Amino acid sequence: MAIVTDLEAPTDLLRDIWETPRGLLGTLSSVDHKTIGKRYLVTAFVFFLLGGLEAAAMRAQLAQSGEHLMSPEAYNQLFTMHGVTMIFLFASPVLSGFSNYLWPLLIGSRDMAYPRVNALSYWTFLMSGIFLYSSFLVGQAPDGGWFAYVPMTERAFSPGLNMDFYALGLIFLGISTTVGAVNFITTFFKLRAPGMSINRVPIMMWGTLTTSFSVVFAVPALTVACIMLFFDRRFGMHFFDAARGGHPMLWQHLFWMFGHPWVYIVVLPAIGLASEIIPTFCRRPLAGYTFVVLSTIATALLGFGVWVHHMFATGLPQLSADFFSASSMVISIASGVSIAAWIATIWQGRPKFKTPFLFMAGFIILFVIGGVSGVMTASVPFDWQLTDSYFVVAHLHYVLIGINVFPVFGALYYWLPKITGRMLSERLGRWVFWTMFVGFNLGFFPMHIAGILGMPRRIYTYQSGLGWDSVNLVTTLGAYVFAVGVLLFIVDFLRSLRHGEPAGCNPWDAATLEWSTSSPPPPYNFAVMPTVRSPYPLWEARLGEQGQSQLDRGALLGSGRETFGTSALDSDPEEVLRMPDDSLWPVLLSLSLLGFFYGMLTSAWWLAILGVAALIITLVGWLWPTDITSPSPPRRIARRGAEA
Amino acid sequence: MSMANRDSLAAQPFGLPISPADHRSPGWWAMVFVIVTESAFFAYFIFSYFYLASMAQGAWPPEGAPSLRLALPNTIILLASSAALKWGEAGIRHGSQRRLRAGLLLTFLLGVAFLVIQSIEYSHQHFTPATDAYGSLFFTITGFHGAHVAVGLLMNLVVQLRAWLGHFSAERHLAVTNAAMYWHFVDAVWIVVFISLYLSPRFG
Repeated sequence: MAIVTDLEAPTDLLRDIWETPRGLLGTLSSVDHKTIGKRYLVTAFVFFLLGGLEAAAMRAQLAQSGEHLMSPEAYNQLFTMHGVTMIFLFASPVLSGFSNYLWPLLIGSRDMAYPRVNALSYWTFLMSGIFLYSSFLVGQAPDGGWFAYVPMTERAFSPGLNMDFYALGLIFLGISTTVGAVNFITTFFKLRAPGMSINRVPIMMWGTLTTSFSVVFAVPALTVACIMLFFDRRFGMHFFDAARGGHPMLWQHLFWMFGHPWVYIVVLPAIGLASEIIPTFCRRPLAGYTFVVLSTIATALLGFGVWVHHMFATGLPQLSADFFSASSMVISIASGVSIAAWIATIWQGRPKFKTPFLFMAGFIILFVIGGVSGVMTASVPFDWQLTDSYFVVAHLHYVLIGINVFPVFGALYYWLPKITGRMLSERLGRWVFWTMFVGFNLGFFPMHIAGILGMPRRIYTYQSGLGWDSVNLVTTLGAYVFAVGVLLFIVDFLRSLRHGEPAGCNPWDAATLEWSTSSPPPPYNFAVMPTVRSPYPLWEARLGEQGQSQLDRGALLGSGRETFGTSALDSDPEEVLRMPDDSLWPVLLSLSLLGFFYGMLTSAWWLAILGVAALIITLVGWLWPTDITSPSPPRRIARRGAEA
Repeated sequence: MSMANRDSLAAQPFGLPISPADHRSPGWWAMVFVIVTESAFFAYFIFSYFYLASMAQGAWPPEGAPSLRLALPNTIILLASSAALKWGEAGIRHGSQRRLRAGLLLTFLLGVAFLVIQSIEYSHQHFTPATDAYGSLFFTITGFHGAHVAVGLLMNLVVQLRAWLGHFSAERHLAVTNAAMYWHFVDAVWIVVFISLYLSPRFG
């Protein structure tokens, strides 16, 4: 019979089945969600540092009036790539990194629903990032701002390749985001451990699930807009050309139909991280689990109905502006529910002020500040005064750094011990947090004032005597203090790899399944398939829950790469899913796409056609049936049997 | 490891099916979401069409409503291809390899006919994508739809090849189901495109 205890489980056999071979081939073909998750985290972090360097250069330029460290053209490229990098290549992929690494561990599975699609998602992310950054090599990085308003970005006003890199790069990246989202959705509904019914899902997963649905509906808007922009620029079409029946507002509508949901795409999973971490350090379950889930879903839905608040100053009819102003304010109710739940959790718990908790506490404060300035700009008359000023820059940084970067750093302190098996330093961690927190507020709070004093965003320099000098100097100093905090974190991380204390399975005494396996987890995640009976499986004894989860005894599923497929709501086991082996197809498919996009960029049609041909061959090879779907056991097991 | 041990590991736990090829399969879900996100893709194009139509200063379309002389028969051809595929699909569900192959082949031919007729229609248009925003919309929307038809045809070719290799049975034919879902989706998109681009200017 296939029910065994974890001590009886033949772990060397499982390791053999699931481990990726070493060497170049193994590196390129691995589909292990943990490997992919780590790659996502590292790659996103590298982009974070690049975006940070761009910001540091801009802040040097703006530190005092009349500075001439760089040309206006260079400044345009820097602020555009800073935005593109942070929003597209860091904020969302870093969350995908956490989700990829953690989801199968959180739900007691052995991999994601589509392991090869997972690899494809990573490679495509990496290559679209390289594609976007290769623009610097030819000195023509995107320079029209991260939202690339036409007609400024049309060929007549931007004749270089700059905005072609932008349009094609974002279409390219959209493929990665979309296939990743589909993977998350299917994993959520199909791969949860037996018994993990929909009300027992770890809270953080709801953020990523909700945003994955948003991705599926929102990313095509950006893709369509970028296709139109590229067609206008390259083939002389007229989508945005008012003289020939087009309309520049079409770009703004399409961009923000994508752009505002995207804001929630980069914050809701981070909010989920907070909802997961705060209860651990308060030693009690999250207050109002159901309300937090519902408010997450409500936020994402409302996120599709607020895009026009980015366009209040474009002369829309008053009624339309009123509607979008109201809907934008309604979102703050949904956000307020989450904040109330965290405060209730802290209030009723016994908070332990470890580093991850500090980051979460800081995040709550920044969330409130960013939220309040958001409600301010949601009000039409106020927005008319301050749109395109530094006030908006301050607001969006409070939102994106406050609600994305702070939870992400907290989550790194929380989960890196699971990923590397080593603890980070608690003492250094406090330094990292306080340096980042003080630096951030010192740097970005004065931007509100600069905006109220009338400083427009995106200017490369300014005259003295306008009252902007001291706020800008303070902002630059604060930004550099923040950067020191980030550097300290890198020091802490590198130190921990060698000298960190071994983490053990569950260093935080946390409640969810990932802490029941070793740190780092084995390639097969769990020696036996767990059965879950509560939302906090590792806290059941303490909470005195009925019906206990079974983690040390369960199905082995050891005849090849296998995991349970379960029903969507109740998570009853329905089938055993044969999972694919490591595969080179994903990286080849991403390379084909890279060839295609470079072909389009340079009008080298032969290269574009070659890319498409390679794409077709790769897809056919990928989808051609192997023994995965055949009813007989996979070959490698048969082979192993023959050897025995 | 002993043979007996290995056999016990290979035993199906709880008698659950192994990677079933039906709507429970992850492959089926993947196709559903491909269709969902692609629907959104076309929806944003259709939105753009009506947005620019509503903003137009002069007549819309500037060249008058596009002719139905080729487009209407072409629509019928595409609908017929969906019916042919449905017939082939029903065949394999009853285990008929022959009906599956015939259905796939017929679908393929009708799909090719659609693309040929569409390219003839293109060559007869007296405007180009670079004439005005309407031209850009017309050719981009119908062009992307045509590209989707081409993708559907490629899927059809692969599935046909596999049908000839005898890969499918009444129980296991997920690739047929998926390719068919995609094909019906592409047809449904055409109905929306046809109503928006060809019929709606006639209502106004």
